[in-house]
Amino acid sequence: MGATEKIYFYPVWLRIWHGINAIGILLLIFSGISMQSSLDNSVIGFNLIINIHNYAGVIVTLNYLLFFIGNLVTKNGRYYFIKMKGFLKRPIKQAYYYAWGMFHGESYPFPLSEKRKFNPLQKYFYVIVMYLAVPGVIITGFALLFPELIIETVYGISGIFLTAIFHSVLGFFISIFLLIHLYVATIGKSPTENFKSIISGWHHV
Amino acid sequence: MVIFLILGYYHFLIFSRNIDLHILMKFRVFVLISFFLFGALSFSNAQSYQDPKQHVCLKCHSNQTYTFHNDVTNAEVKRLMNPYYILDTVAISSGVHKSFDCTDCHSAEYEVYPHQANLKLEPLSSCLDCHGGDESYAKYKFEEIQAEVEKSVHHKVYGESFSCSKCHNQHTYAATARNSDNLLEIVDYSNKMCLSCHNDMKKYKLVSGHDNPKLVEVHDWLPNQALHFKHVRCIECHTEVVDSLMVSHNIVGKDQAVKKCVECHSADSRLKASLYKYENLQKRSENGGLGNVLSNSSYVIGTHQSPFLKLLSIIIFLATLGGVIIHSIFRIFKK
Repeated sequence: MGATEKIYFYPVWLRIWHGINAIGILLLIFSGISMQSSLDNSVIGFNLIINIHNYAGVIVTLNYLLFFIGNLVTKNGRYYFIKMKGFLKRPIKQAYYYAWGMFHGESYPFPLSEKRKFNPLQKYFYVIVMYLAVPGVIITGFALLFPELIIETVYGISGIFLTAIFHSVLGFFISIFLLIHLYVATIGKSPTENFKSIISGWHHV
Repeated sequence: MVIFLILGYYHFLIFSRNIDLHILMKFRVFVLISFFLFGALSFSNAQSYQDPKQHVCLKCHSNQTYTFHNDVTNAEVKRLMNPYYILDTVAISSGVHKSFDCTDCHSAEYEVYPHQANLKLEPLSSCLDCHGGDESYAKYKFEEIQAEVEKSVHHKVYGESFSCSKCHNQHTYAATARNSDNLLEIVDYSNKMCLSCHNDMKKYKLVSGHDNPKLVEVHDWLPNQALHFKHVRCIECHTEVVDSLMVSHNIVGKDQAVKKCVECHSADSRLKASLYKYENLQKRSENGGLGNVLSNSSYVIGTHQSPFLKLLSIIIFLATLGGVIIHSIFRIFKK
């Protein structure tokens, strides 16, 4: 195992998905925060922000289908399977490495290979974000695009209000994930190594 | 009217025919009894909108058709009632003026049919004739409303002729905004006042002199138009909000109307000064339970309008950022 060993982790379809998703999610976060805070100025008006959010939302949704179908029909999907064995122990071990081990010269607990693209903690986050939060935000987002379809009241609370709250809570969670995702991506062979990988497709092990 | 007929018939009997006095005396007693009986009945009928068939005016004015005896041709005639003169008796009996009878405002001569033509020329009381300067109505601020109305686009177009009753049907008006705790009902009631003309070509033309603009087209720019029309009143955007009034009456045209989303969709929403200023709605939100926790001051969607969620999101964001910074520092110094 030399430093030059490379694994082709990120096929073209995945990199296209990731690139579109990255731009789309960034647009959604900024336009979302802007709408939440009711920012309105002469440069970017409220109406334009809404349009940006709507279009980006639709693009991210279509793009999600690429991710979803891609993972169904290619081997890439198996990287997201969670093993029941060591369900809590394994991600805790990884978290311990990040919090303590990596500062004390301990070796990487889950070295990446053809069989393992994500460490357990990373995998958990990806599964939660990509298979729970993003579908949730897509469903609530489309519900808000067609608000007449939403149930009027749920236990006396406006259905639209609940949907909007759920949508923005999930959106916020995804924003926090993005912050952590970007930071953890800097923990590689060098701070920029992982960013190069997602563009070239090759990961240096 | 029936009393007059009976009395008339009685006099007719006395003067036109030679009838046995004994019978006449009996008839007099009958007339007296019927007078008191009918008097009592007519007193209750005077205010009974519950049974329009018995009401001297409503027996015709609550129906599509009316029937009368034509004395000239000596025939029963059935005619269509002018649709603008048909009254909704159910709405009248729940309206603010339900305790008044027709002739309290209209001439008592209307009780005769055919109605005298000159009755049309009779001036009717305006709202302020009764409500103005009266202490018991002070809380409604009729004078202030009048001053606001005089600034409004309606007054500019139609002057004094644009009376209160153009919007507030004096026969059926109910103070829904003050009394209802159902937001949708308040919105619906208010919007129907506007639509009664703005969605009615004839009535609109009467005031403006030209055809009414198609509301759906004019509001084409408004996202989720149908939802907006259902959940907020026209006057939310088409009035200049006056804090001292429950409902602002300075109606403004489209040039001055609110068109910016953020005027309502913000923490400092103008809806708080208009649609949501009613005490009954505040009570409603207090009973909301979970809804209240989430939507304490957030009548308009979004977590930032919920102070609790806003604070929580800022704490989580700062904690994450703090974690990243601390971890980076360790990475730099523990290398």
